[in-house]
Amino acid sequence: MNVPQRPVEPPTSAWSMYRAIVGIGAMCALLIVAVYELTAAPIRLNQQRFLAAAVAEVLPAARSTQAVAIRDDGRLVPTTDAAELPVLLGYDEADQLLGAAIAAQGMGYQDNIRVLYAYSFAKRAIVGFKVLASKETPGLGDRIETEAHFIANFERLDATPADDGGGLRHAITTVKQGEKTEPWQLDGITGATITSVAIGDILNDSANRWVPVLERDAAGFARAQRSEGP
Amino acid sequence: MNEATHWSIFLNAALINNFVLAYFLGICPFFGVSAKLETAVRMGAAVSFVMLVASVCAYTINLLLDVVGAPYLRIISYILVIASTVQLVEMLIRKLSPATFRAMGIYLPLITTNCAILGLALFQTNRGYGFTQAIAYALGAGAGFALALVLMAGVREKLELANVPGLVKGTVAAMVVAGILSMSFMGFAGLGR
Amino acid sequence: MAATETTSTDEFVKGLWRDNPVFVQVLGMCPALAVSNTAINALTMGLATSFVLLMSGLSVSALKTFIPREARIVCFICIIASFVTAVDYIIQAISLELSRSLGAFIALIVVNCLILGRAEAFASKNKPGRAALDALGMGTGFTAALLAIGVIREVLGNGSLFGIAVLPASFQTWTVMVLPSGGFFAMALWLLIFNRLREPRPRADHRVQESPT
Repeated sequence: MNVPQRPVEPPTSAWSMYRAIVGIGAMCALLIVAVYELTAAPIRLNQQRFLAAAVAEVLPAARSTQAVAIRDDGRLVPTTDAAELPVLLGYDEADQLLGAAIAAQGMGYQDNIRVLYAYSFAKRAIVGFKVLASKETPGLGDRIETEAHFIANFERLDATPADDGGGLRHAITTVKQGEKTEPWQLDGITGATITSVAIGDILNDSANRWVPVLERDAAGFARAQRSEGP
Repeated sequence: MNEATHWSIFLNAALINNFVLAYFLGICPFFGVSAKLETAVRMGAAVSFVMLVASVCAYTINLLLDVVGAPYLRIISYILVIASTVQLVEMLIRKLSPATFRAMGIYLPLITTNCAILGLALFQTNRGYGFTQAIAYALGAGAGFALALVLMAGVREKLELANVPGLVKGTVAAMVVAGILSMSFMGFAGLGR
Repeated sequence: MAATETTSTDEFVKGLWRDNPVFVQVLGMCPALAVSNTAINALTMGLATSFVLLMSGLSVSALKTFIPREARIVCFICIIASFVTAVDYIIQAISLELSRSLGAFIALIVVNCLILGRAEAFASKNKPGRAALDALGMGTGFTAALLAIGVIREVLGNGSLFGIAVLPASFQTWTVMVLPSGGFFAMALWLLIFNRLREPRPRADHRVQESPT
């Protein structure tokens, strides 16, 4: 618990200086560690609650969840680590696999956008969407959170995996507002073109990576590995 | 780990999320040193240089703190290490190249505890940039800071000659100019992708 | 700004008006502009800064005989950084969303010129009681200034105050006010008002101070 400090072997003339620096360093270290220890538990609880609330919004039917990660060899494994972009499998009351809540991020108009979306195994589609953090222009780009026709995209946005398991069969693309003709197209927002294209890209990149792996491995998890919650 | 390309990181830091005009970091030197074009250019160069040093420092400290497992020491070690490294560099420059020191050295102590420097260190950590990405970010932030400073100085030099009411003269006029500059920089948004 | 014969109420009140840190001394501008886009952000930032100001003022003042003159800046920075780290964690524990919306700006309280400035100019030369009063006054003045900017920006830019709609829905919001440039404009407006109010006084000089070191 050392704060950067000078060597503790002082020439006598500088004794009071070293005493002060080491003394203050020790006091500060004590203060910081004490506060860190005291707040660690409530902070973790807050983070879990935040994630649980977001999952409940995109995957309302889920009664329990299990965090998963992709191992180096490409297999899906259960995890207990708090990832920066968590991926959670959701199960209903009967412990049936419902879908996955997947966090993703990418560059938007102003800054990074972080989103959470739900993938349904039954529909093979994206069925829920929530913006976790964005700094998009108020009144223009932030309409991705409020615009009804844009949110309607996520009633069922096709994300069927390719037959060879190497990604999606059809890439998710954003089209101009009102020009959506295919189920894998995202109906954009006029006046927020770049933001809606960014959302399409974020979803496409993330789904290409996760959906094939989830489809292949998610069903194979034993019940014992699952934790209760959210 | 962040997967953004170096070019988009650079553009993002320099233009879209300009440190001065979008994040309001380094406002004090921005208003203090932007009255003359020449000082503005030198200050911009000095800040860019310190940012580069700070970025490398912050990356190293962050690696160390991760190994030790003490993220709570981040703020205190960033500020202490960056401040002392810049002092060291300042002494080195004075020894090795008196000419360079005269050109930008006097600004170095002024900017060590400038919020833009610590802000850069914290942002690059929050975004999880790798080493080369952090360098690109620091270069972009430095270029953006210098650009904002030079633009501001250009406008203020012209403003000196204009007939401005006494109440508005000085800080108020500078604020309004900064606000307009900030608005025009919003036009760059969307470049980074 | 040395301690002259002033009463303790003066110590407190001067931070509110005569030496208001934001509008008169133009110190601590970065957070004042950056996180004042809503009233709640401004209030949180003001309170967090006041807390750090108070605690570091008390510590510096209590330890002033223990800290040698040559090493004072590094000691002050250490003390301030510790309290800022503490505040950062406390805010995360209270509300994650608040901490997210303030982001790295809580950590940047460390380099707020106001805090180091008060530690150097006042707390290190005065008894803890006076230092606390001074810190409270400056903190309140800072919070009030932030709130003043935050209220203007949120009401005009969002039509709401503390998240509650105050203007009729027919009001066309001035989006620019919640954007970065709005910070500069709101600040310019308040500086103008302060300048006007202070004008008739003999010492209406407008000091622009740069950050120490």
